Amino acid sequence: MPATSPFERWRVAYDASTTRDATFTTMSGITLEPVYGPDDAEFPGQYPYTRGVHASMYRSRLWTMRMFAGFGTAVDTNKRFKDIIAAGGQGLSTAFDMPTLLGLDSDDPMALGEVGRCGVAIDSLSDMRDLFADIDLASITTSMTINSPAAVMLALFVAQAEESGVPRDQLGGTLQNDILKEYQAQKEFVFPPRASMRLVRDTIAFTATEMPKWNSISVSGYHIREAGSTAAEELAFTLANGFAYVELARSAGLSVDEVAPRLSFFFNAHIDFFEEIAKYRAARRLWATWMKDHYAATNELSWKLRFHTQTAGVSLTAQQPEVNIARTAIEALAGVLGGTQSLHTNSMDEALALPSEKAARIALRTQQIIAYETNVVHVADPLGGSWYVEELTDELERQAEQIFAEIANFGDGSMLEGCIKGIEENWFQGRIADSAYQLERSFNEGRRTVVGVNDFTEGNNDADLEILRITNEDERKQVQRLNEVKRDRDDGRVALAIEELTRDATDPEVNLMPALINAARANVTVGEMMGALEKVFGRHIEVPTL
Amino acid sequence: MTVRVLVAKVGLDGHDRGIKVVARLLRDAGMEVVYTGLFQTPETVAIAAIQEDVDVVGLSMLSGAHLTLAPLVVAALRSKGSDIPVVVGGIVPNNDLDDMKAAGIAAVFGPGASALEMVESINAVVRARA
Repeated sequence: MPATSPFERWRVAYDASTTRDATFTTMSGITLEPVYGPDDAEFPGQYPYTRGVHASMYRSRLWTMRMFAGFGTAVDTNKRFKDIIAAGGQGLSTAFDMPTLLGLDSDDPMALGEVGRCGVAIDSLSDMRDLFADIDLASITTSMTINSPAAVMLALFVAQAEESGVPRDQLGGTLQNDILKEYQAQKEFVFPPRASMRLVRDTIAFTATEMPKWNSISVSGYHIREAGSTAAEELAFTLANGFAYVELARSAGLSVDEVAPRLSFFFNAHIDFFEEIAKYRAARRLWATWMKDHYAATNELSWKLRFHTQTAGVSLTAQQPEVNIARTAIEALAGVLGGTQSLHTNSMDEALALPSEKAARIALRTQQIIAYETNVVHVADPLGGSWYVEELTDELERQAEQIFAEIANFGDGSMLEGCIKGIEENWFQGRIADSAYQLERSFNEGRRTVVGVNDFTEGNNDADLEILRITNEDERKQVQRLNEVKRDRDDGRVALAIEELTRDATDPEVNLMPALINAARANVTVGEMMGALEKVFGRHIEVPTL
Repeated sequence: MTVRVLVAKVGLDGHDRGIKVVARLLRDAGMEVVYTGLFQTPETVAIAAIQEDVDVVGLSMLSGAHLTLAPLVVAALRSKGSDIPVVVGGIVPNNDLDDMKAAGIAAVFGPGASALEMVESINAVVRARA
C-alpha cells in the first residue's frame, strides 16, 4: 500500500538513505528525530523543498567544507591546497588574481601590481600543472571562481587533468561561469553581454555531453549582496539569472532537464541571522516552483536548488579584527540552519588582506565546531514551523516574485532578455548602488550598529594582526615563468591554434570548447586566447553612473 | 567655494560599491563629484583630473595594488605639472601607511571610515593645497 501522508512518504525516503556513523542525541542523551513537524506538513526532500533538498539532510552527509584559496604563483597556491586537504577540507576552491579574472597575461601592462595579489595567477597550461600538482582530481571536487574567461579556464583544466591521466568525464566540480552577475555586481567583465552569453552557452553544452559530474554554472548571489543589494534583491536577481541560463540552454537545443540539474547556486550569509535562513528556504521553494510550473521541468533534480554559502566579506571590520571570528560563526550557522550543501567561512583578517594561514585555519575550525560540537546537524530544518521564520520566508518569496515580474517585463516575458536588458540599461547596477547607499547612511547616522566601527570602539588601537604579505617578487617570478613558456613552445602550433579559435568564434553556431582545449594544449596563453576572442566579440565598456 | 572631487578606479579592481557610496556621501556634503568609471590607468586619471579642474583625486583600491598604482597616479599628475592632491580609500593595511605618505598620498581612509571623517579630511587636504 502506498504511503499517504507527507510524513509517511518522508519516512520511506529517509529509511532508504544511509546515515553517518554518529549518535543523534542531545548532549544530555535525549534521542532526536531527523526532523520535526505535523504529519501533513512539508518534509525535507519533498517538493517544493522549502525544508531542504534531501530527506536525511546532514544525517547522511555534512556540507562540504570548501575553503576558497589562491594567491601568488600556482606553486604557492598548490601548497595552500595541500594544507587545506590535510586540515580536513574536502573540496578545493580556486581564487584567481585580477589579471586572470580579466583574461590578461601577467606581463600585460594593465596587470602591473595585481599579479598574484587577490588570487593565483594562471597564464597557461604550465601554471595549471603546478596548481594541481600531486592532487588527484578524480577524488576531490574542484571549484573555479572565474567568469569572463571561464571557458578558457575550463579548457586549461580539462587539458591538465587529461594530461595527468584523469579523463574529463571523471572530473567533478564547478565553474562559476555566471557572467550576468559580473555586469550587475562584480564588474569583472570583458566582452559585451551577448557575446559572453555565447561562451556560457558553449560551456553548458560541452559539459552537458562530456562532463557528467560537472556543474556548468554556479549562479551567484554572493557578489550581488557584497556589492550592496538587500537580501530580497540577492535572492531575486540570482534566481532570475538562473532562469536566464535555463532559457539560454534551451536556445542551444538543450532541454530544461538537461541543464537545470547542472546549475548550482551560491549565496551570501550576512549578519541578519533569521533573514538569511529565510532567504535560503525561499530560494529553494521559488526555484522548484519556477522550474516545474514555468519551465515544465519533470526531473526532480531540476527542481532541487543546491547551494554553496560564503559568509559576508562586507560584514567584516578592520577594527578589532579578532571579533570577526564571532561574526563569521553566526553567519556560518545561518548557512547550516538554512541547509547549505557547502560552506566557506571567511577569515578574521579579510578586511585587511588575503587570509593568513592561521586565520584560514581558524575559519575552517569554526565550521568544524558547528559540524561536530553543536549537534545542530542532527535535525533537518530546525526552524521550520517557527511562525517568525515561516513568515519571513513567505515575505522574501513575495518580494522576489515582484522583482521577477519587473525583469520579465523588460524582456517581454523572457527572463533571458530581461536580464540582459536590465544590465544594458543599468537597472540592476542602479538598484544595488541605491541599496548600498541606504545601508551606509544607516551606519553613518547611527541607526545601525557595527561593533568596533560606530560603537564599542575600545580596543581599536590594539596591536595589528600578522597579515599575509604578497610581495612584488611573485609578480616577477610569474612573468619570468610566462616568458619561459613562450620561449619553449612550438610557435607554429600556437599560430594554428589561435587561427582555429578565431575562425570558430566568427561562427556563432560552433561550440568554442574544442578549439579552446586545443589552444590550451598548444600552450597558447590565457591572454592570447582572450585576445583572439576579443577581436571577434569586441569589449564591453560600462557607462559610469553614480 | 564648492570642492570638486574626481573619484576613480585604477587598474583591474572591479569592486565599485565603495566608490559609488562614497561619491554619493560626498555629494550629500555639498561636493561636486566626477566619476570616470572602471579600469582607468594612472595616465587617464591624471588627464581627467586636470581637464575637470578638480581640487582632489580620490582613488578607491581594494585589490592590494595600492602601493603600486596610487604612487603612479601622483607621479602622472606631477609630471603634467599638477599639484592636485590624491587621497585613497579602501583596504590599506596600517603597515603601508608610511609608504603611502612617502609616495605623496595626502590621506588614506580605511574600512569603516565615516562620511564625516572623509569629508573633513578632504576639506583639510584641499585647504592645505590652497
